[in-house]
Amino acid sequence: MKILVCITHVPDTTSKIAFTDNNTQFDKTGVQYIIGPYDDYALARAVELKEQSSGTITVINVGEAETEPTLRKALAIGADDAIRVNAAPKDSFFVANQIAAIAKEGNYDLIMMGRESIDFNSGVVHGMVAELLGIPCLSPVMTLDIDGTTAKMTREIEGGKESLEAELPLVLGCQEPIAEWKIPNMRGIMTARSKPLHVVEPSDDSARTKLNNYELPAAKGAVKMIDANNVSELVDLLKNEAKVI
Amino acid sequence: MSVLVFIEISEGTVKKTSLEAVSYASGIDSAVTAIAFGQADEAALQSAGAAGATKILHVSDAKYNEGNIQAYASAIAKAAANESADTVVLANSSLGDPVAARLAIKMNASLASQVVELPDTSNGFTVKRSIYTGKAFAHVDLTEGKRVIGIKKNAASIKEDGGTATIEAFTPDDQAGDFKVKILSQEKATGDVLLPEAEIVVSGGRGLKGPENWGMIEDLAKTLGAATACSKPVSDMDWRPHHEHVGQTGIKVAPSLYIAVGISGAIQHLAGVNASKVIVVINKDEEAPFFKAADYGIVGDAFEVVPKLTEALKAINS
Ligand SMILES: Cc1cc2nc3c(=O)[nH]c(=O)nc-3n(C[C@H](O)[C@H](O)[C@H](O)COP(=O)(O)OP(=O)(O)OC[C@H]3O[C@@H](n4cnc5c(N)ncnc54)[C@H](O)[C@@H]3O)c2cc1C
Repeated sequence: MKILVCITHVPDTTSKIAFTDNNTQFDKTGVQYIIGPYDDYALARAVELKEQSSGTITVINVGEAETEPTLRKALAIGADDAIRVNAAPKDSFFVANQIAAIAKEGNYDLIMMGRESIDFNSGVVHGMVAELLGIPCLSPVMTLDIDGTTAKMTREIEGGKESLEAELPLVLGCQEPIAEWKIPNMRGIMTARSKPLHVVEPSDDSARTKLNNYELPAAKGAVKMIDANNVSELVDLLKNEAKVI
Repeated sequence: MSVLVFIEISEGTVKKTSLEAVSYASGIDSAVTAIAFGQADEAALQSAGAAGATKILHVSDAKYNEGNIQAYASAIAKAAANESADTVVLANSSLGDPVAARLAIKMNASLASQVVELPDTSNGFTVKRSIYTGKAFAHVDLTEGKRVIGIKKNAASIKEDGGTATIEAFTPDDQAGDFKVKILSQEKATGDVLLPEAEIVVSGGRGLKGPENWGMIEDLAKTLGAATACSKPVSDMDWRPHHEHVGQTGIKVAPSLYIAVGISGAIQHLAGVNASKVIVVINKDEEAPFFKAADYGIVGDAFEVVPKLTEALKAINS
């Protein structure tokens, strides 16, 4: 089985979000970059599937040279090779176009990624890639098992879940509990250094949105503390001050 | 400009977030067509009329009952072409998002998701959207002639003074590939308040010690007509079902009132709840980081405070 796992290179979940240049640039000062947590789930499940049967895992990122350590980490976790499409991601459409072009060439059985990136949270790249390839896409997928050429999955829906079945090839947006995050071991880290990381140029330059500027939310007011022996005061405040009950 | 809205039906009624999408659309244009799939009677569909729809296209073919992503996207694309709609609006959800993605490709449209307010059309078409899981916003130009807009909860308030919409049956063209995914079964908590839609959410964390202690959380939720939620470790340990997990890697909620019980307030948890209007934190540790993000706080043992709070709420209700 050939699996393509799409990896986002995103600020660590504890990062302080700030902007520079008149709110037009993301402030990278002191920010640690990680594999998107949802992509990390997708990758972990891909590695398990490979261990169960056999096959190859290629990881792909659309990004500039700074994302290579993130791709190396994915190689250390268990991917066989990596592709970096050498371009700053302009928008979801731009990224989906690059991934679809690579996917077409590679004839993958499964294209897996996180349900959403944690920087833009759009949750649409998987659906766009699938539409560009003319194949089904499911997201957010919580369990995945492969039986021959059939994938059995559960997908989260509002207030519950559904069980699904579809034939490969498929595009999947993944979330927990599809697998547990894998931490690279020493051997993985050593071998990752020599695994191939191909850099390719973007196949298409078009984007369909343009980002103007950023804005931070207004700061929250101070918390009002209420004595634990006086919960009726809380009820009164919620009713008459906050007016939410 | 003409606007089409994809509205979701749940248990025979139009979802509240979909009504918000209709009212949002009516802020862009006065002629709003809605498209709905699945079983709903006329009175239920007319809630979209009240919210601002002038026409409703109803797909009642049972094949479309279950939320078939590809089939919905094809049908909506056809409806958009028929209605000459250059803008499609929908509510962000586990169905809306994948439909929006495919639709944007089919329509060659600009796509914006997580949009929080009406567009600025003074110079082009610019939307404000949430990014970094609620920690910031971006102002984005939708540069194509057509656009698909996914709105976040509370992007618009639901109008009730719209009119009566004309309801038309709508027949999609069946595309061969659109039903390739087989939906084997669906498990849904029925009757409960859906978490992403809820106005009030009562959420429990690891401080509750075990699943057997959720009774008091459910009692409090019931008293408030609230949905229940939990932190990630709680769903990881299977104390609660996964669809209740809120935060960075779970559901993002935006209720009027979020009550957090025995949750420390890790930054990843806050990311999923920071769009709440009012946050109440009950924690026995006065140093818990959640208090910094709260509007009201009680330092105390949940096992004492929560039952007392439920009693006090019952007292004002009766
Ligand atoms: C990449 C990543 C993504 C993550 N995504 C999420 C996410 O989506 N959602 C999420 O929730 N977490 C997420 N986490 C985990 C997060 O960092 C925290 O570990 C988690 O939120 C802690 O859950 P908790 O508050 O329930 O537990 P704890 O941190 O253990 O807190 C328990 C709290 O209960 C209080 N307490 C104990 N006993 C009582 C009592 N009797 N009465 C009152 N209070 C009591 C304690 O004082 C403490 O504050 C993520 C982490 C990572 C690294």
